[in-house]
Amino acid sequence: MNTEILGIIFMYGLVVLLAILLGRYIGKVFNYENTWFDKLFNPLDKLFFKLSGIDPKKEMNWKQHLVALLSINVVWFLISMFVLTNMSWLPLNPDGNPAIGAELAFNTSVSFVTNTNLQHYSGETGLSYLGQLILMLWQFISAGTGIAICAVVFIAMKERTAETLGNFYSFFVRTCTRILLPLAFVVAIILVFNGTPMTFEGKHSMITLQGDTVQVSRGPVAAFVAIKQLGTNGGGFFAANSAHPLENPNYFTNIIETISIILIPIAMVFAMGYVLKRKKLAWTIFGVMTLGFLLLLVPSVMNEMNGNPAIAKMGIAQSMGSMEGKEVRFGSAASAYWAINTTCTSNGSVNAMHDSMTPLTGMFTLLGMMVNCFYGGVGVGFLNFYIFIILAVFISGLMVGRTPEFLGKKIEAKEMKIAMVIALLHPFLILAGTAVASYLFANNPTEYAAWLNNPGYHGFSEILYEFTSSSANNGSGFEGLGDNTSFWNIATGIVMLMGRYLPIIGPVAIAGILAGKKYIPESAGTLKTDTSTFGLMVFAVIAILAALAFFPTLTLGPIAEYFSVH
Amino acid sequence: MKSNIIPAIKLTLVCLVLFSGIYTMSIWLVAQIAPNHGKGEIIAQNGKTYYTNVGQSFTDDNYFYSRPSAVKYNAAGSGGSNKGANNPDYLAEVQARIDTFLVHNPGIDKSEIPSDLVTASGSGLDPNISVQAAKVQVKRIANIRKLHETALSELITQQTEKPLLGLFGTEKINVLKLNLALDKLK
Repeated sequence: MNTEILGIIFMYGLVVLLAILLGRYIGKVFNYENTWFDKLFNPLDKLFFKLSGIDPKKEMNWKQHLVALLSINVVWFLISMFVLTNMSWLPLNPDGNPAIGAELAFNTSVSFVTNTNLQHYSGETGLSYLGQLILMLWQFISAGTGIAICAVVFIAMKERTAETLGNFYSFFVRTCTRILLPLAFVVAIILVFNGTPMTFEGKHSMITLQGDTVQVSRGPVAAFVAIKQLGTNGGGFFAANSAHPLENPNYFTNIIETISIILIPIAMVFAMGYVLKRKKLAWTIFGVMTLGFLLLLVPSVMNEMNGNPAIAKMGIAQSMGSMEGKEVRFGSAASAYWAINTTCTSNGSVNAMHDSMTPLTGMFTLLGMMVNCFYGGVGVGFLNFYIFIILAVFISGLMVGRTPEFLGKKIEAKEMKIAMVIALLHPFLILAGTAVASYLFANNPTEYAAWLNNPGYHGFSEILYEFTSSSANNGSGFEGLGDNTSFWNIATGIVMLMGRYLPIIGPVAIAGILAGKKYIPESAGTLKTDTSTFGLMVFAVIAILAALAFFPTLTLGPIAEYFSVH
Repeated sequence: MKSNIIPAIKLTLVCLVLFSGIYTMSIWLVAQIAPNHGKGEIIAQNGKTYYTNVGQSFTDDNYFYSRPSAVKYNAAGSGGSNKGANNPDYLAEVQARIDTFLVHNPGIDKSEIPSDLVTASGSGLDPNISVQAAKVQVKRIANIRKLHETALSELITQQTEKPLLGLFGTEKINVLKLNLALDKLK
């Protein structure tokens, strides 16, 4: 069998296996059960809370959880702004890189605090090592935020009536120390021994074999790349992200990094099964997510492996597939596989340039972000899926004439209103943003000529991709877009903020309200939510919503591009 | 919100120490026993050192070419062309690369040129080419360097890196290693 295809089958099989094991462990962490790492982390957590003056046993209701989350995120944003705009004189700047301006600092700070990692700068020239390490801190703790708030929703889904749902800080610290830190440590060590740099020395000037003088950028890359992948962050140390041979030196590191992208998102589903003792529900959700994932994956891999038809017409050999923007050591199958992983999970790191992929693969990466819950980002992917469950429960309840109930709680008008607003917010942010940008460009193509790197339908796709990526908190890009301008920095900054916090507030509010309601034990009249029938119902809701909201724009972009060649 | 701000600041500082400080330093410490002390793997020949994983520009006809690069292999930066698959300017560029290649490699048919040799990589620093990309250059290098084609084909076989465990991924050749070995052939 083709070794490129075998490689991606191996990666997927391995990650599902690991995710089942990890999900169990995460479930134990959320349940405060004993685990192997307690000896190390119990004292560490105590120290954390003592130094911060936090009582981790203080119970919080859903509103207090959200206030705690939002206030600590504000603190991070402010620290980030300070460091990024003052990097030039702060320490750890061996290359003497300048500080960045307020607009770019706003965009970058928002981007990393919201777990997006959209990058309108290049790591080599745009940041000092201190700047990189601060952004790496957000990579840890913004991922911790998502997972912690997802734990709150798990607790709220338990079959009982409860006003309080644990302590946010406690979930947050346990997530960062017990889940993210050990995993990041292992991945970083693997990378270091495979040639990823971990040094504080600056650029190295060297003469090539042919006699050219070049500079080689280095830095504390391994530590950064590990958490960038695990926390569905995706922001690269270097401009080329994980396509860069120092971030991702060989096929083995590519396997490790690809697995890291999707490991925690899948594990969260199984963690839910463990916390709620509802394994069947977890497998149902996993099944729906996997179905969607595979539907995006298979055609993308085929498209990239078949090569670019326009280049085929020139009469050269394309046995490796479409290679523009791709690395030989990964090949087109592993690049397409990564592209779907990174867009389905809101990671956004790349090992090949999405802008240069064939039109339909471009569309599937867009769809992954538009749906944003086929596994989804760490923690928040499940929250997005939760919204679709609520919608599906309500719709199927109406269809069969039963009261809509989910896990023993009645879903009423208030929850439905919140769910609808959140479900429509994502399309609204993407389409409104794209419409405004297209309007500006169409009215003044000369002034904004630097925006687009490609003419025609593909240029439109570049605009659409940027807003989709921002709203999905993904962070990848059709990087041809000239995005370091006031318009893009501010517009995508606002979209990222709304696309992060509202889809957290909504599901937490729904889960919190439901938790406070009377528990109704399951009866013969209850709609079962852990069956394949209900799974298909959820899938249908997702598909219909995505199709209705996004199909027209996709027609103007990638689909039009596809038909213009064929 | 106010009662949350002070603990939030303190907690953030503790996280800063653990994640940006202790975590980073412990990886750095481990890196000291890694290849080249975590400064990037290097390879030495004739008293000069090169980064194994960072691709170099090879445009001279007496070396195996590396792939086209959007950043001209200057590793101070990195990046791809970001050209769309159907961008007419881009397609004209690829056509020009094919034509140039044919001029420099007489006796080669178009259909023997693999796509990786005329398309730019994602990083602009791709250290590898496909096996076919090396083979298609044998005739030219044999002529210029006055070597037997069979010797070069053997060299390519030696330098071919098999898929991981023989099972996963692509077959490839590190252009720098290939050219270093080529210099030794004389």
